[in-house]
This record gives sequence, C-alpha cells and structure tokens, in this order.
Amino acid sequence: MKYKTGAGRTSGTTSWTEDPNAQIAAKLKALYQSVQEEAIPSRFLDLLEKLDAAEQQAVLQGRE
Amino acid sequence: MSSEKNDFKREMLAALPSLRAFAMSLIGRHDRADDLVQDTIMKAWAKQDHFQMGTNMKAWLFTILRNELYSQMRKRGREVQDSDGHFTESLAHHPEQYGSLDLQDFRRALEMLPPDQREAIILVGASGFSYEEAATICGCALGTIKSRVNRARQRLQDILQVQGENDYGPDETSAPITSRAFVS
Repeated sequence: MKYKTGAGRTSGTTSWTEDPNAQIAAKLKALYQSVQEEAIPSRFLDLLEKLDAAEQQAVLQGRE
Repeated sequence: MSSEKNDFKREMLAALPSLRAFAMSLIGRHDRADDLVQDTIMKAWAKQDHFQMGTNMKAWLFTILRNELYSQMRKRGREVQDSDGHFTESLAHHPEQYGSLDLQDFRRALEMLPPDQREAIILVGASGFSYEEAATICGCALGTIKSRVNRARQRLQDILQVQGENDYGPDETSAPITSRAFVS
C-alpha cells in the first residue's frame, strides 16, 4: 500500500515508497542548487575588492 | 605574480556559489551561512600562499569552511547540540527563506542528522565530490565517509517516512519533536 500525500502537498509528489534513495538524492541536489544558483551577494564581491586593494596598498608601501 | 593573484581571486569567485550552498546545507540559515562564508574568504585570503594554483580550489575552500565551522562551534559550546531545535523553530517563523514546501521538509530532515553524516552526504550527494575527496576534506578515512553517507541515507529515509505518516497526525510545531523522538 502506498502512502497518501497529505493535505497541502503537491499532488505531483511521487510516492515515498517508489524509490526513497532516488528521492533523497534529487531533493538534496535541488536544495543545494537553489542556493548555488543565487547571485553572489555583493558583500562578498566588495570583500574581495577590499582584500585585494589592501594588499596592493601594502605592497606599494613596502616599496617605499 | 600579479596575474597569479588575479587567478586566485577569479578561482575563488568561481567557487563561491558552491561554497555558499555548502554552508547553507550545513547550517540551514542564510545569515549565519553567509557569515561563515565571509570568515572563510578572509581565512583563505590570508592563507593563499599555501594554495597551489592548479589544484582543487573548491576542495581547499570547503576544507577551510568546514574547519572554521567546527572551530566556531567548539567555541560556542552548547549551541552545537541545540542547532536542530533552533533551526526547526526558525523554519516555522521564516518559511519563505527555505524554498518550496517540499524542500522544507527535506531540509528539516537534513538538519536532524548528526553533523558528520550531514556533511558527508552533502559533499558526496550534492557538491559533486568523490568519496576520496570528501574524506580528504573531512580529514577522515575513506571507509568512514562511505559509512557516514550510508547511515545518512538510511536515517533520512526513516525521518522522511515518519514525517509522511504524520501528515494527518501532529501539527507543524510538534511534528519535528515527535519525529526526532523516533530517530534519537
């Protein structure tokens, strides 16, 4: 007997009994990709720019 | 020299989306995950002389992030143990941050795993690392990683099955508690 999907769930959800391992793999990837596909937040781009600039500044000062 | 520096920065940028996804999968909260990514970037930048261009930047960054996470957890002490409860509670209040309803259930289940099993299944099942690479990142034996992944799969199956059966049972607040009782 298959598990019924509960109220509020999408009716297209595959029954859990069909292949739990494949479902786990697919959901894990979907979850991961949902974050991976987000644009890189500007705070990180800014941070890398700052680190880069600070280092170049240090190199310049070292030359003087 | 300066072009090597640009390569370093470029490779780091290229690895960032995956690094964020790893952090999010481990921690479950955007704000804390991004703080961890920021700490990782600064650590990596300071250690860039230790990185050999041409080797696996992604694996290197993942290793740093993981070490940073566990060192922060050790410093914070008790918060480690409380992470799943804290997480499920935050889920209930900010569902919009966590993707579709279906994925929320899954994320909650993932959060119930012991941290070593969680990271193992993420590295192998989502980040695209081989078992060997995952073992290197986690600093453990290949067999250990394999058994952690297997146990993680089994446990996720158990948790999700319980959640499915509970659809007509406990409400949203008590469901995580009852299903946790089954797995602990």
